[in-house]
Amino acid sequence: MNDVVVRFEHIVKVFAEGSSREVRAVDDFSLSVGRGKLVTLLGPSGCGKTTTLRILAGFEFATSGDVYIEDRRVNDIPPQKRDTSMVFQSYGLFPHMTVYENVAYGLKVKHVPKVQIKRQVAEVLSLVGLEGLERRSVGQLSGGQQQRVALCRAIVTKPKVLLFDEPLSNLDAKLRKGTREQIRRLQQELGITSIYVTHDQAEAMSISDAIAVMNAGRLQQLGPAEEIYSRPANRFVADFIGEANFLPARVTAVADGQVTIRLFERDLTVEQDTPRFSPGEEVDTVVRPEAVDVIGIGEGDVDAEILFSHYTGSVVLYALKLPDGNRMEVQVANPKERGLLPIGTVVGLRLHRKSLHLLKKET
Amino acid sequence: MRISSYQRELRNEVRRLIHDPVLLGIVLVVFGLLAVFIVLPLVKVVQFSLWPGGQFNPKYFLNFFRKSYYWRPLINSMIVGSLVSLFGTIVAFIFAYGITRTDIPGKGIFRLIAMMPIVSPPFLIALAAILLLGHHGVVTEALHLNWDIYGLPGLVLTETLAYFPIAFMILEGVLSKIDPAIEEAALDMGASKLRTFLTVTLPLAIPGIASAMLLVFIRSLEDFGNPVVIQGNFQVLTVAAYHAVTGMYNMPLGATLAIFMLIPTLMIFVVQKYYVARRSYVTVTGKPSGVGLKSTEPHVKYPIFGLMILLSGVIILLYGVVLFGSFTKIWGIDHTLTLKNYQYVFSVGGQYVLDTIEIALIATPIGGILSMIIAYLVVRKRFLGRGLMEFVSMLNFAVPGVVVGIGYILAFNTPPLRLTGTALIIILVFIFRRMPVGIRDGIAQLQQIDPSIEEASSSLGAGFFRTFTRVTLPLVAPAFLSGLVYIFVRCMTAISAVVFVVSASWQLLTVALLYEVDQANLSAAAAYGYVIIAIVLAAIVLMRFVVEKLFQKGFSPIARE
Repeated sequence: MNDVVVRFEHIVKVFAEGSSREVRAVDDFSLSVGRGKLVTLLGPSGCGKTTTLRILAGFEFATSGDVYIEDRRVNDIPPQKRDTSMVFQSYGLFPHMTVYENVAYGLKVKHVPKVQIKRQVAEVLSLVGLEGLERRSVGQLSGGQQQRVALCRAIVTKPKVLLFDEPLSNLDAKLRKGTREQIRRLQQELGITSIYVTHDQAEAMSISDAIAVMNAGRLQQLGPAEEIYSRPANRFVADFIGEANFLPARVTAVADGQVTIRLFERDLTVEQDTPRFSPGEEVDTVVRPEAVDVIGIGEGDVDAEILFSHYTGSVVLYALKLPDGNRMEVQVANPKERGLLPIGTVVGLRLHRKSLHLLKKET
Repeated sequence: MRISSYQRELRNEVRRLIHDPVLLGIVLVVFGLLAVFIVLPLVKVVQFSLWPGGQFNPKYFLNFFRKSYYWRPLINSMIVGSLVSLFGTIVAFIFAYGITRTDIPGKGIFRLIAMMPIVSPPFLIALAAILLLGHHGVVTEALHLNWDIYGLPGLVLTETLAYFPIAFMILEGVLSKIDPAIEEAALDMGASKLRTFLTVTLPLAIPGIASAMLLVFIRSLEDFGNPVVIQGNFQVLTVAAYHAVTGMYNMPLGATLAIFMLIPTLMIFVVQKYYVARRSYVTVTGKPSGVGLKSTEPHVKYPIFGLMILLSGVIILLYGVVLFGSFTKIWGIDHTLTLKNYQYVFSVGGQYVLDTIEIALIATPIGGILSMIIAYLVVRKRFLGRGLMEFVSMLNFAVPGVVVGIGYILAFNTPPLRLTGTALIIILVFIFRRMPVGIRDGIAQLQQIDPSIEEASSSLGAGFFRTFTRVTLPLVAPAFLSGLVYIFVRCMTAISAVVFVVSASWQLLTVALLYEVDQANLSAAAAYGYVIIAIVLAAIVLMRFVVEKLFQKGFSPIARE
């Protein structure tokens, strides 16, 4: 059996084609998702992630390109014949039905015998700790419970692909973390191939086997969370995932897997495989705020003056002015241990070599 | 490039429909119904006017410009329409302003009175005017007036009272939706209340006023019931067409008059929908929000209050006179109280009562469900020809009833669709006449339902039919049932289109009423009117009861345990 369950091939979606309001929501998007994997589509609002998900579900139709579910081309197949189940942002629960009726709906459609429906519904409700609430009307449930009913309703039919459209965005922050764990655990236990749409990078990073970062309808980078964070493909990804400083530098030498750059009037060697750089090339150095040590004047790679400090309790974020006039942000964890530095202080900064990442200059 | 992308889209649409055979089937059936029962009658009207006897012959069409018998009614209709539109909107504005912008007492009663003409047979007011001011009217006799109400004055009076409620509903919505903060800002900058009204409130309400005027104009233009009773020698277009068809059996003439009725109403409809409605600063639909600035000064409040009492008094007087008249022996001659008129209605007209109720009860649910299906397709589905479906199904909104009626007898008079003389043709007229309002309401109801609820159903494997019956219909049920009452009321009170398709075997109450007026049997006519009103009120009360009993339980969040 083929191990790719979902395949997008060169999907383009244009809304209001030919009119003055024409929008290219999805632009040449290709992606394959392996069996049992959870892939997140991550990007700012309007990046086309939800449209892509809805094209897979059958609620939207691609202008061009193909969608496959287990090698079956589903471009023109209506949603009810696709064997996908969606967990909606607003849950989309049937307000006129009980919890039991909601969860049993998909099984009834498939003409599963009544006895079996009863067993399966009870089973799936107990997985998320909702046993005993079968007779409740969904309007009587809390937001978190409603979310879990929606999840049960989607997984009870054992769909080929489970789709999540920002399922946690209507929950408060505390509940979100718990439900996130629950979704991931269930998804892995049941081995359901899943596509998960969110604009919350923390959510995406904690839940996914792989993240597809999207912007302006285009796939920017695909990879596991760690790779996307430490080796962003471009400036957008580096900026969207976490915080990033972009320090301009010039490549002076390239050796096997190592690039030497001129930064702060000294040579720094950075481990780097792709993309290829050549000597003399201008690059941007991605420096994460937490990958810098604040030390004494003259002890680091460069000295800088503190312009502002954002104290948030667990960390303090200093905005500093570099000698070349550029601004840089540096984060210090557990600031109580070191003491807060007043504005105007000049400090030395030492960049963590292993965390540095180079990007080609973007025009 | 454009063409190829369009062709590709077309191909994809067709392919998608083929993969969803239930949807395809329903779309095809709906298009078939719309083609036969909306488009075909209109085509027939044009055909009979320009191709009388099968040959192209623009004689009738061109006669319209040559012979005063043709164009005079149009001019008359325009005069009546303009005056009714003006006066109706003024009356409506007074009511709307009084209710939304002053602190006068009895607002609920005023609103109720303003709504009365909507639920009663449209020409009851004309009948009342005759009872009061006609040849044997009580006022005429009491004051020995050498004057009667027939003609232009009667038309303007009765249609103004009959159609100001439409303008009232629009203006009440507009006035209550103007954000009070805007007016307060003007007052804050030192403008007087009058200045604020003239420079802020009124300009903001102008698009609403224009909409109201245009809609009242259309309603007056297409009104048949009042003119046929009270026009006298001031022939208007609808009645002229009616006489041409049913009196002279001159189909080409009737069809030509119908076309010249259709042209202005369609034009005004388009202007209202695509021009005026788009300039609106406030949306008319939905719940009134915000509490507008109230005029509490006596010199503003009391004149408005006085006018409202006067107008309400006139409306109550008119309905009262009809009620009284229905219990008198011979109106204008012998005012002895009697029940004989009602005995007459239930003996001679008993069959009409049953026929009317039966036909309305058949047409109502079919019309309601068909409207909801079309609304559902238009709002929720994307398929080839969706825009066309919406346009055609709403077309009858702008087509005068008389045109529809003429179209139906022209289109369904010959095999294979020989329907004239049957109950079916009356039912079909009702269904397709009321559909635009049903669709518009259905669209509004569906837009309030989170689409993901229906998407959840289809993503769980439910097809079109299951999603519609198990999810959509139950969710819109309360509003849907209330909408059915509207259709039923309209069936009970309709006259303009159905007057052409009734027959000896299938008669309606409104037509019977008209016949009694024609025979100068005014007391019997009044009794018919109140029988209709009684049935309508009973239906409204019953449906309200049913909706409350059925849905209070199912939809309240704590009831299901």
